[in-house]
Amino acid sequence: MSGSYIEVQVEQCRQVAPAIKEFALKALDAPLPAFSPGSHVVVEMRDGQKTYRNPYSLLSDPRDPSAYRIAVRLQEQSRGGSRFMHERIAEGSRLRISPPANLFAPDWRARKHILLAGGVGITPFMSYLPELQRRNADFELHHLFRSSRTGAYDADLRQRLDGRYFAYDSARDKRCPVAELMAAQSPGTHIYICGPQSLIDAVYANAAQIGWPQEHIHVEAFAAPEPGEPFEAVLCKSGKTIQVGAEESLLEALEREHIEVPNLCRGGVCGQCVTGVRDGAIEHRDHFLSEREKSSGQCLMPCVSRAKGPKLELEI
Amino acid sequence: MRLAPKQIETFRDDFTYSNSPEAIARFPFPFPEDEYRYSVNIEPHVTPGPAGSAFEFLFDIDEHYLSEMAERGIVLEENPKRCLAMPHMDLACWDLIERAMVSLSEDYPQWFSLSRDGDRWHWQNHLLHIDDEFVFGDSASLPQPPMEYIGRQLQGDLALLDQRDGDLFLDAGIVTCPADWSLAFDAGMSFKEWHGPVPLAHEMGVFERALKYLTAIPVGSPVRRLNWTLTVNARMDTSPETYPEWGHERTGITAENVGEKLHLRVELQVLDRMPRSNALLFSIRTYLISFDDLCTNPDWARRMHRVLKTLPPELIEYKGLSRYHQTAVDWLSRFDPLS
Repeated sequence: MSGSYIEVQVEQCRQVAPAIKEFALKALDAPLPAFSPGSHVVVEMRDGQKTYRNPYSLLSDPRDPSAYRIAVRLQEQSRGGSRFMHERIAEGSRLRISPPANLFAPDWRARKHILLAGGVGITPFMSYLPELQRRNADFELHHLFRSSRTGAYDADLRQRLDGRYFAYDSARDKRCPVAELMAAQSPGTHIYICGPQSLIDAVYANAAQIGWPQEHIHVEAFAAPEPGEPFEAVLCKSGKTIQVGAEESLLEALEREHIEVPNLCRGGVCGQCVTGVRDGAIEHRDHFLSEREKSSGQCLMPCVSRAKGPKLELEI
Repeated sequence: MRLAPKQIETFRDDFTYSNSPEAIARFPFPFPEDEYRYSVNIEPHVTPGPAGSAFEFLFDIDEHYLSEMAERGIVLEENPKRCLAMPHMDLACWDLIERAMVSLSEDYPQWFSLSRDGDRWHWQNHLLHIDDEFVFGDSASLPQPPMEYIGRQLQGDLALLDQRDGDLFLDAGIVTCPADWSLAFDAGMSFKEWHGPVPLAHEMGVFERALKYLTAIPVGSPVRRLNWTLTVNARMDTSPETYPEWGHERTGITAENVGEKLHLRVELQVLDRMPRSNALLFSIRTYLISFDDLCTNPDWARRMHRVLKTLPPELIEYKGLSRYHQTAVDWLSRFDPLS
């Protein structure tokens, strides 16, 4: 993580859906900086020898810097971070967070904003809403969830947003008609998606059919790194060799060895951590590098991508 | 001791602008080595910097404050389009107002004061006799549009860059002392578009690296770089809009008048993330020093000679120095024992 950390204390935590917990964070010394809608922070969790660093969207009103709120979904295949937040963090716990960064800001030139949230993907939009309302912007929030697991803030949003809120609970067999929804919009509408890849793919497929401009689609695509086969990373410049475990990302393994790599999203989107590769086959899993860059085999994004074989030689 | 703003001097017509010995001593001389080369020479703008230096605070207020604010007034009167803010940049302008008023009142309490009661703000600029109460975020509660209001109280040019899809767009600013670029022309352009005319750097990949770095600047960690060119006469407003007034002056440099007429023009550029809007503030604080004053420092005189002598032809052309480059090198050679 780049930049300086902020020391915070958990002021409140509460269950907001069966698998989602919300945490309110207060700064210990200086006031928290104001932030822009769609911002996230990276939360650093220390678990004995291990350190987890996960990005979470800020849920609070951007104009209210008295506390930051984040919501964490317990991942069934948790690599440790979300489980740690759910089981070990309580009121009074201390954490370190990065300053807010924004890779998913609203485009204020839009005539209308369509927000598509899938499950815990509701979180970045929570900070959009106060600002959209203050500006009297035209918007709709479409919330897709399964009430047995997710669906945080459903009742609250229904009340706050009235006719601008649309809920689709798959536990009740309600599906979002993405194609009809997009076809009904007038030009100048922007669509924002935070949710599973299938939802993102559906939007892009429809966009291609009806001529919806790519620049009017905004995606919060970063997801936790998936596990893979263990491998060995050889650092050509420093001469070190490090072992990358099945459950950890290459970036995490580098950080464990105190090798700093700039990063913001830790999910294959922002492009900050791109690292040169001298030799070895790569399994690319990011959304940043172009197809040409990927097939060149000369660089990878260590936050999500891995070796496709036993060994990678890196230009660091 | 801090330099108090002095009486108004001019950057046009009779050019009464001058630097005191203290102002010369604190001039941000931009060359770290004898040969000039391109680099992404960005470093953290950690404040407070060295006491009394141009890097001490986020916004440097010096002895030229009143003169530069008067000059800005003249330029805006002639051409109001030297200040603009697209409608979606309103919140970014308020971010700038907050950043400027909070830091000015903390860094220069003798000249500026701010009191806040929620969104009700009271701002006093004792240097310009401004005393205003307004509602934060409500542009109608200011006597001027927010960009112009704060721009008329800060030395140097200001641009607010909107960040979208990993790129930066020049969507607001107040630009009255540019080194030959136009806000009206560049408005709405992306980072690579407004850097289009810069030679050599595109091929070197400088802009890809710079853009990646700039879009990741976090809140509260401003960075800075120095840029430079040469200007004939102490003219702040060397803009394309006013080219007929200054372009011809470049042919008037002679061996006799180099020291007096030719000025090193240094831009202290600061990039700072605006928290509420996610815009990036790009402030360009311009410092002018005559070659005569510059050469009172023998180290600077010698290095200036070496830098100009080794400057690549593309840069001589791009910076508009072709007409007098050789004259300046010849004049400076007297300060360089190796020549």
